Amino acid sequence: MLDNTIYNERLDTMNDVKISARGVNVFYADTHAIKDVDVDIKDKMVTSFIGPSGCGKSTFLRCLNRMNDTIDICRVTGDIRMDGQDINAKEVDPVQLRAKVGMVFQKPNPFPKSIYDNVSYGPRIHGMARTKAEMDEIVEKSLRRGALWDEVKDRLHAPGTGLSGGQQQRLCIARAVATEPQVLLMDEPCSALDPIATAQIEELIEELRQNFSVVIVTHSMQQAARVSQRTAFFHLGNLVEYGETGQIFTNPTDSRTESYITGRIG
Amino acid sequence: MSVTFLLLILVGLAVVGFFFGRARALSTVQGDTRRLHSLPQYYGAHVAIFAFVPAAILLCLWLAILPAINGFLTQNALDPSDIPEGRDVSLVMEEVKQVAAGLDKAVAAGTITAQEADQPEQIIDDLRARFGAAGVALGGDVRLSVLQAATTLRDARATQRTVLTVLLIATALAGFVWAARQITPDHRARTSVEFSIKVLLIASALVAILTTVGIILSLIFNTVEFFRMFPAADFFFGMTWQPSFQGESYLGIIPLLWGTLYISLVALIVAVPIGLFAAVYLSEYAGPRTRSVVKPLLEILAGIPTIVYGLFALLTVGPLLVDVFGKDGLLGVTWMGGGTSVMTAGLVMGIMLIPFVSSLSDDIINAVPQSLRDGSYGLGATRSETIKTVILPAALPGIVGAILLAASRAVGETMIVVLGAGAAARLDLNPFEAMTTVTAKIVSQLTGDVSFDSPEAMVAFALGMTLFVITLGLNVLALRIVRKYREQYD
Ligand SMILES: Nc1ncnc2c1ncn2[C@@H]1O[C@H](COP(=O)(O)OP(=O)(O)OP(=O)(O)O)[C@@H](O)[C@H]1O
Ligand SMILES: [Mg+2]
Repeated sequence: MLDNTIYNERLDTMNDVKISARGVNVFYADTHAIKDVDVDIKDKMVTSFIGPSGCGKSTFLRCLNRMNDTIDICRVTGDIRMDGQDINAKEVDPVQLRAKVGMVFQKPNPFPKSIYDNVSYGPRIHGMARTKAEMDEIVEKSLRRGALWDEVKDRLHAPGTGLSGGQQQRLCIARAVATEPQVLLMDEPCSALDPIATAQIEELIEELRQNFSVVIVTHSMQQAARVSQRTAFFHLGNLVEYGETGQIFTNPTDSRTESYITGRIG
Repeated sequence: MSVTFLLLILVGLAVVGFFFGRARALSTVQGDTRRLHSLPQYYGAHVAIFAFVPAAILLCLWLAILPAINGFLTQNALDPSDIPEGRDVSLVMEEVKQVAAGLDKAVAAGTITAQEADQPEQIIDDLRARFGAAGVALGGDVRLSVLQAATTLRDARATQRTVLTVLLIATALAGFVWAARQITPDHRARTSVEFSIKVLLIASALVAILTTVGIILSLIFNTVEFFRMFPAADFFFGMTWQPSFQGESYLGIIPLLWGTLYISLVALIVAVPIGLFAAVYLSEYAGPRTRSVVKPLLEILAGIPTIVYGLFALLTVGPLLVDVFGKDGLLGVTWMGGGTSVMTAGLVMGIMLIPFVSSLSDDIINAVPQSLRDGSYGLGATRSETIKTVILPAALPGIVGAILLAASRAVGETMIVVLGAGAAARLDLNPFEAMTTVTAKIVSQLTGDVSFDSPEAMVAFALGMTLFVITLGLNVLALRIVRKYREQYD
């Protein structure tokens, strides 16, 4: 944990910042996966993380909802605040935090249950629906947001694992938005999707931005440019550059960023 | 020459063959291994295999048929009148073999000279004493006819040994030479060795399968034999189990099956929840440190011989239960007469099954992909919610399979019930009564002096067959369920 003076020094703007991370380091046993990263995730904005494979994008994303707690060998240090509250503090319940910071994983991971049960899983454990009708409504709305409703509305009780890879990924997105998180972390949500579904998901991201903040990891520069307002470029565990998306893509200050977005390192 | 010695010779030939084959292969290419089709040691192995294997097969065959031939020879040497009234031929044959072996031993010990042994009739009165001096005890005096038959047997064996020695060494040498002559740079020794290895593996698999088939066949034949002596309907539907060797036995399996199932049920009621919860704790809650300590501990529990559990039931659990449920017990009830009961055996068997259930379930729970857990945690579920709503449902088919496997072990368990459940075959609902099981009755029907021509003894095979069918059914069901579950994540 950093002491307060340094913390304030590193804090550029506190207004409309949803999550602010300062001096975050992550270790997997002896591997130093994230090196002293500072990031502000702004509210009601889309932030994209780009960078070569293995640079730590997923790892950093998982710090934001404390998913790294579930990995025994993983150790996180540094200061991450959401709405000014230190999320690693003792009094913060990671379970509550994850209800507020939803996540879509890199690989689709539907539960071996029906499509309906997959989507209603979160609302059910958080008691978000009082009646079956309310639950039906949540499920439908979420599946629509996940651009999946039309394809599955006739087989809501078929197993979610029976869907195609891209459909599974959209199911996972629907599942995540069903709990109405304040922040949605999406780890390469479109890597298995065709252009149409991708466009639908990007639309969803745009829609979610009205109320939530979204963090998206992507390997597609075009996607980052299309959907995000702010972009962070990671390289070998370091945050190399972070700023307005337009500025990162047109006028990067760091030579590594420039090489990456023009395709020379990766 | 003795068989051991012959085998040693074969091994020696094989070793020589290996080095010879290798050297020969090398010499055909003047030491340039690149020109050989296979690595030099394959040529060596090729020769070694051909020197050893055919001869070894011959030896096995020989040893397998020899007793039959010798039995025939000796029986011919015996006059039918030599067999005493009311005695079985096989008993006399045993006697002959014993005397023949005794002669060999006495010669080896030096109490009889080799010449005397060739004509033992001359020292027949002295034989018993001389045998005694060599440490061979005989039941009675040796009868002349038996002695003559024994001499025939010894003569036959001596000839056979010579023939065997010659045959074996000839076969081995022939194999050696044949293989050695094949060696050329282009000879595919590697392929031939590979083939031999395949044959070896197939043969091992065959041994395993054939012995199983043999056991099942012998069970079936003896069961059929039993049903010739005892009506099948009385066996399967009889409500009384009351064997008596004087005749008029009641051999109904129902009380035994009832005892078996009741005890297994108690055992499963103990083992399944505890084993399952232990597995959930170990795989979902325990840190790597705890896991590394607790798992081996549980496995030690699985390694305890069941007889020890039986003692535990008899000496500890039984008396303890009596103290609570018996006369003058803590509860003031008199449900329990003695220490042996369904409860005693069931509880202890349950303890025995805990590690079985927990380690199988642990494997199954661990097979549930981490990504499912992540998905659930990522939606803000707690650990127990995740376990209850995601992990256990996903693992359920496998867990059911594990429980069925545990059930089939419980049904087949013997020592614990022999010591803990009692010996009375009873149809009762009170779990504190002594009852008995199929396995325990198989033991009691076959201990002591039994002759296998009475239904009281042969019933053991019918019981064993029933048990086998039950456990087989459970295992097949369990395997099918487990397999079905496996497909889910592939
Ligand atoms: N569970 C883990 N245990 C050990 N090391 C890990 C683990 N997860 C990630 N790492 C290591 O941390 C580093 C960052 O991995 P991370 O998954 O965050 O990369 P990424 O940027 O998401 O890559 P990609 O674009 O391929 O998904 C890598 O070097 C990886 O080997
Ligand atoms: Mg990743």
